[in-house]
Amino acid sequence: MPKMTMVQALNMALRQEMEKDDRVIVLGEDVGVDGGVFRVTDGLIDRFGPDRVVDTPLAESAIVGMSIGMAVYGLRPVCEIQFSGFSYLNFHQIECHASRLRHRSQGRWTVPMVLRTPYGGGVRALEHHSESREVFYAHMPGLKMVIPSGPRNARALLVSAIRDPDPVIFFEPKAVYRAFREDVPEEEETLPIGKSLLAREGRHVTLITYGAMVRPVLEAADRLSQTDGIEPEVIDLLTLAPLDDTLLVESAKKTGRVVIVHEAPCSYGPGAELVARLVEKAFYFLEAPVRRVTGFDLIMPLFAREKAYLPNAERIVRAVKETLEAAA
Amino acid sequence: MPRTPLAVDSPLEYLAILDEKGEVDSALEPNLSQELLLKLYRFMVLGRRFDERMLQLQRQGRLGTFAPIKGQEASQLGAVAALEPRDWMVPCFRETAAQLWRGTPMESILLYFGGFDEGGRIPEGQKDLPVAIPVASQLLHAVGLAWAAKYRKSDEVAMTFFGDGATSEGDFHEALNFAAVYQTPTVFVCQNNQWAISTPRSKQTRSRTLAQKALAYEMPGLQVDGNDVLAVYTAAKEAVDRARAGGGPTFIECVTYRMAMHTTADDPGRYRSDEEVAEWTRKDPIARVEKYLAAKGMLTPQEMEAVASEADAAIQEAIQRYEEIAKTLGDPLQMFDHHFEEMPVHLLEQREELRRFLETENEEARHA
Repeated sequence: MPKMTMVQALNMALRQEMEKDDRVIVLGEDVGVDGGVFRVTDGLIDRFGPDRVVDTPLAESAIVGMSIGMAVYGLRPVCEIQFSGFSYLNFHQIECHASRLRHRSQGRWTVPMVLRTPYGGGVRALEHHSESREVFYAHMPGLKMVIPSGPRNARALLVSAIRDPDPVIFFEPKAVYRAFREDVPEEEETLPIGKSLLAREGRHVTLITYGAMVRPVLEAADRLSQTDGIEPEVIDLLTLAPLDDTLLVESAKKTGRVVIVHEAPCSYGPGAELVARLVEKAFYFLEAPVRRVTGFDLIMPLFAREKAYLPNAERIVRAVKETLEAAA
Repeated sequence: MPRTPLAVDSPLEYLAILDEKGEVDSALEPNLSQELLLKLYRFMVLGRRFDERMLQLQRQGRLGTFAPIKGQEASQLGAVAALEPRDWMVPCFRETAAQLWRGTPMESILLYFGGFDEGGRIPEGQKDLPVAIPVASQLLHAVGLAWAAKYRKSDEVAMTFFGDGATSEGDFHEALNFAAVYQTPTVFVCQNNQWAISTPRSKQTRSRTLAQKALAYEMPGLQVDGNDVLAVYTAAKEAVDRARAGGGPTFIECVTYRMAMHTTADDPGRYRSDEEVAEWTRKDPIARVEKYLAAKGMLTPQEMEAVASEADAAIQEAIQRYEEIAKTLGDPLQMFDHHFEEMPVHLLEQREELRRFLETENEEARHA
């Protein structure tokens, strides 16, 4: 199996789906000749031509609004918004139309589109290029919200997202884009949208996370295991909406202690929903308060301070130890 | 270092064919069949009378808020009549007459404004999108549909409707720009009805015409008398034919007037004068078609009465059907339908929670 970065794996997913299905159209700013600013769509225009890999004018609302029309027609548009920090301009089209057209037309028209966009900090980018606002989309009825954490699951999830009959928001952790390589099979591989993944088996505490935070969480888990004999269980959500809580409720019942990690701001963040689910479904099994290790409720600082903003393995290790020390 | 005029052509035109006295410019008069002319007339009357009846129902508390169309029958029907059934119609929220022309049953419109999501259902075979409330947002869908039709090498056209206020929105400009760049078969029909709620056209934009906005995007644009169904039809037919033949998008500004309120929640007396409304009443689009058809010997006073009473009878039947259907739509659990192809687990749980609550509530009511 070839070893690939997440960028290469996403590129493979797009290429293979475009080969299989001429309804799949890639569109966005600089996705064609330039191959995307992160090179996710590199080479697709040479293979499929400018009618299927469309360099659009610079207008996020139009990219998404046009994708909605294309999807209603029966195509499978995969549009790219260059950075999630610019997706507020298309937010209106997602909220008012993509997420609602199936319901508004009572099932007559559907919007099988994918919106891909890089999110998150850690690559020393400009202002507006590093925020983590997945909860805006995860909160919206009628949408699916997916965040892969590595090359292999990114490829499998993108294939599933393209084939999904409903609109899927696909956040790509740009800190992971080229951070490491994984074996990615050339043969078709899909992952069900709406299922989380047991990323590490353990018994003392459950760590719940997703996206770019999976790596520091796994690093923290390894350190805790090696130096303190603590064996954390790690759950990688992969899908934020619809959130299937089966795995995390089971794990919380087993370990009795939970730490949630995300880089999005804390208040009303994804952690809040996870805590609520655990309280509703596993309260009597919990032996300590659920802890959150998250971004602060701040505008993402410029890159000189972004490391201090982002949760890291050390913060996670300390939170886990405090949770384990907490009295029931 | 020259300072010379830019080579920007201005092919903008104003088109009017049938004036308010019912007189027609015979050089411009389109050669329409008697059948089409009478059908247009029937739908203008039906649209007007249905609208007036809906207003009564709303005032009686039997319908919720809706946007009346009175005065805009010619601009809607003249435009939509240029489409074939295989074409796409992308409305905003004030296209009742256009929806009726396309085949939306009156009871669906009543259900929608009566508060039932089921009213949004589009009949099979009818390629319309449901009404779009956020201003200008739907124009991009028409561009996407038209782009897809072009990609599929189909000759379908997408026509979208919007008001003068919409031309201030970003989505309007993005839609015209994308449509022109990709040369999509899209027809943009702006119903310039002079008022965006309380804001007059003159405060909406500094542009002397809305039609001139097409120039910036290098697409054909023209202004038509929107109360003249012959002019609107002529302009729309040219645009649709051009789009179908691969000639790209067109922007049409229909100069018309919203004779009633913005929506039933609005009081236009706060911002406009009775004289203005009276002046536009003299330009009524239906009255001039009646004069035109009568002069052509296609319509007698008796036939006019017959058209009106047929419309009233059809409206009355639709209201009865609506009220009967509405009685069968009591199940609140329907609100969970049509969000996803397959209902996710958390929605199944929430649906079950409501179902159980309603069941016990009903039981308690029985015992009370």
